[in-house]
Amino acid sequence: MCLVEVEKAPKPLPACATPVMEGMKVKTRSKLAVEAQKSVMEFLLINHPLDCPICDQGGECELQDLAMGFGRDVSRYQENKRVVKDKNIGPLVQTDMTRCIHCTRCVRFGEEIAGVRELGATGRGEFMEIGTFIEKSMTSELSGNVIDLCPVGALTSKPFRYSARTWEMSQHQGIAPHDGIGSNVHFHVKDGRVMRVVPADNETINEVWLSDRDRYSYEGMYSEDRLTTPMLRENGEWREVDWQTAFAFVRGRLGPSGGPVGAAIGGLISPTASTEELYLFQKLLRSLGSHNVDHRLQQMDFSDQDVAPLFPWLGLPIADLEQLDSALIIGGHPRKEQPLLNHRLRKAALRGGKVMFVNPVRWEMNFPAGPSILSSSDLVRDSAGVLRALLQLRGGDAGLEALLRGVEAGEVHRRIAERVVKAGRGAVLLGNLADVSPHASTLRFLAGTIASLSGAAFGYLGAAANSSGAWLAGAVPHRLTGGQSAGTGGLHAQAMLEAKLAAYLLFNVEPDADCSNAPLARAALETARCVIAMTPYRNALLEKHAHVLLPIALYAENEGTFINVEGRAQNFAAAVTPPGEARAGWKVLRMIGDSLGLDGFHFDSLADVEREFQQARAGVEPANLNRWRRPDRLVQSGSDLQRVTHVPMNAADPMVRRARALQQTPDVADDAVRINGVTAKRLGLDGTGSVMAEQNGANLRLPLAIDERVADGVALIHGGHPGLAALGPWFGEISLRRA
Amino acid sequence: MNGLSAHARHEIDRWLKKFPPNQKRSAVLAALTEVQHENDGYLTVPLLDAVAEYLEMPAIAVYEVASFYSMLETEPVGRHSISVCTNISCMLRGADDILAHIERRLGIHVGESTPDGRVLLKREEECLAACCGAPMMMVDHVYHENLTGEKVDRILEKLK
Repeated sequence: MCLVEVEKAPKPLPACATPVMEGMKVKTRSKLAVEAQKSVMEFLLINHPLDCPICDQGGECELQDLAMGFGRDVSRYQENKRVVKDKNIGPLVQTDMTRCIHCTRCVRFGEEIAGVRELGATGRGEFMEIGTFIEKSMTSELSGNVIDLCPVGALTSKPFRYSARTWEMSQHQGIAPHDGIGSNVHFHVKDGRVMRVVPADNETINEVWLSDRDRYSYEGMYSEDRLTTPMLRENGEWREVDWQTAFAFVRGRLGPSGGPVGAAIGGLISPTASTEELYLFQKLLRSLGSHNVDHRLQQMDFSDQDVAPLFPWLGLPIADLEQLDSALIIGGHPRKEQPLLNHRLRKAALRGGKVMFVNPVRWEMNFPAGPSILSSSDLVRDSAGVLRALLQLRGGDAGLEALLRGVEAGEVHRRIAERVVKAGRGAVLLGNLADVSPHASTLRFLAGTIASLSGAAFGYLGAAANSSGAWLAGAVPHRLTGGQSAGTGGLHAQAMLEAKLAAYLLFNVEPDADCSNAPLARAALETARCVIAMTPYRNALLEKHAHVLLPIALYAENEGTFINVEGRAQNFAAAVTPPGEARAGWKVLRMIGDSLGLDGFHFDSLADVEREFQQARAGVEPANLNRWRRPDRLVQSGSDLQRVTHVPMNAADPMVRRARALQQTPDVADDAVRINGVTAKRLGLDGTGSVMAEQNGANLRLPLAIDERVADGVALIHGGHPGLAALGPWFGEISLRRA
Repeated sequence: MNGLSAHARHEIDRWLKKFPPNQKRSAVLAALTEVQHENDGYLTVPLLDAVAEYLEMPAIAVYEVASFYSMLETEPVGRHSISVCTNISCMLRGADDILAHIERRLGIHVGESTPDGRVLLKREEECLAACCGAPMMMVDHVYHENLTGEKVDRILEKLK
């Protein structure tokens, strides 16, 4: 279609592939050029079906647009058109391969962006087909982008198929809520329902891409177990009530007359809540006289929270990741956990940078990784080994000799340290696993020290959509909004559950899947006199132990601000209305505050909340000060077998766990225990069938899987799976025996 | 090790020496030819995957090559491969009759293999550059020219 006439060239030349030269005269609209363009169009249409009326791409189809501009109004082609059998390439991407015009953009995408070649052009000539050759699902976490790339309707969205025409939908701005990146999205809305989500360009954040999780999670909004009315539990029976009754109930339980007061109340809020919700939530708790408020549902080591930075951030702008010469990632799987940060890291690696990992699992990467270590469950020994090697390289011991006694630096530790030191631009990044590890404070100290001794940036890959906002809003027990000290403070998430408080407020928390210690959460809720759950979904555990369920809006139904992992605040407005009686979380929190007669809850609009929050955080800048608490000694690996919990990409939060198509991909939580062959042999397990897993006195029969990616002595178990809630905390000793 | 025989690996290694070490994929055609030869004249997906692993290529890139070239078979076929030229010179010299004769003798059509797995009658070849000996056919890489019905019968009988 880009053929142009170039003077002195004997034939039309493709503009996209002809270098510009001095004195070149190009005619784009000459008779020769237009004739050539029309001929190409005619060829493109020869085998293309005339099914635009039933094609999902209709109305946003590049071929359709070109045909409007360059096509003839009659076809001269009388022969049979070719028909290509459709392929099943998984639950996310629908194929209609007869429509394919063999542009091979999807093939290039696999090679150049996704880093896994899954689609290819097989056969030749008339028989050439785009496909996977063997029946195979696409496994890339970015696979949905081929839908946007495909210029015709050959690759379209499977969940969206046949549900709306493009011109019937209105487009609304939004921010993706499943990782700390804050990818910009467009909601496409028809009849008050989000029909699909596509990326919105933002070069500094997501460029033009979107992870599959962010693209397809909207299906979770329409899950059958959405909570649509406030509900009260009386005499063990749930009944639907109106909001006034629900608020009156809350007033009766938490109000001045006889309810639990002050420190007897605790609040747990999801880090996927908006900044305004987080702000109001902590304000509500603190107005009730309690500093017991936390968003760190999965964290297990809180010992260094007083020296924590204002909020844990990436340490550099997202776009700068691709300029790194070295990146050392400790305890993280960014490919699945932060797919578009990983995309930047991949670009750095393809430029010649070294992206290195210290992980208890050798996860598959989509680029050649630098020197990496398959570490034990705690990651501490090997992180310390890198530090030891670093000290050997630069001389001196920086006063760390006593701490590092007994730590040896091996060959790989040395190679990693060399890369970190020699890099012009380096970064040491802590991933999700390091964040929730029971040795997190030690890892923070070691990683921070490696970074400051080598001049590298130090950062966090970021766990949830608004972890940054949660810290800034003051949804932590020891700090107020904007990071000011909260004096003696309150109880952190785990202590709050251990303390078995009289009352709990929960905001979009499914304790059995979102908390790293589900048995503890269950026990705490069981004994509480009052559990108020603001939740978009019904949940078996909440229905058992909560006293009132208040339906809140989700995602595209909500308005507010997310602050991403680089500290960038992004506002979003509601694209659709919440179902039934559900209301935006900030409105529910305002009404609770109001009905309890607390001061400072008279907000007319979200902008008022936003303004108050901005005043409280005025002038604060992100900084990861490396003031981490130095541990007295390094942990010694304990028993033979340690549990390590990894949350699969599509099990990360309540909404994505309910997104139908995503739940059919391989990146979901299952209940298997994964150990490597050597560990299995040592434990006398033959690697088939199921095992009895015992942790903290709880026994559970689980399927066993032999997985050679897992380090020796590690039992890898998935997080975000309610079925595993009974087992015990996410990390710690575990024993397996033949079932 | 993967599903390649020691001999196949040895043969591929010989080819790999001819290319720069970071361009192992250059040896893919030679590798597939060798592996097909060892496997009674056709390639299987496990064999394609083995070649991909050995040459450090994405599997789909090997599938693309295997499905592109007509001398590579990706389905089980007869042990002996017969290609009859029906392009213009051969056609003028009676290639259509030769082809019909072979089809009748073997009881199969072009593109099929005999049920006993002995012979594959490949899709009609275009010119194999032996017009001076038209009509001609190629049997297992060997050219047979100036064909007649009797000559074809003698050739077919020798195929075991």
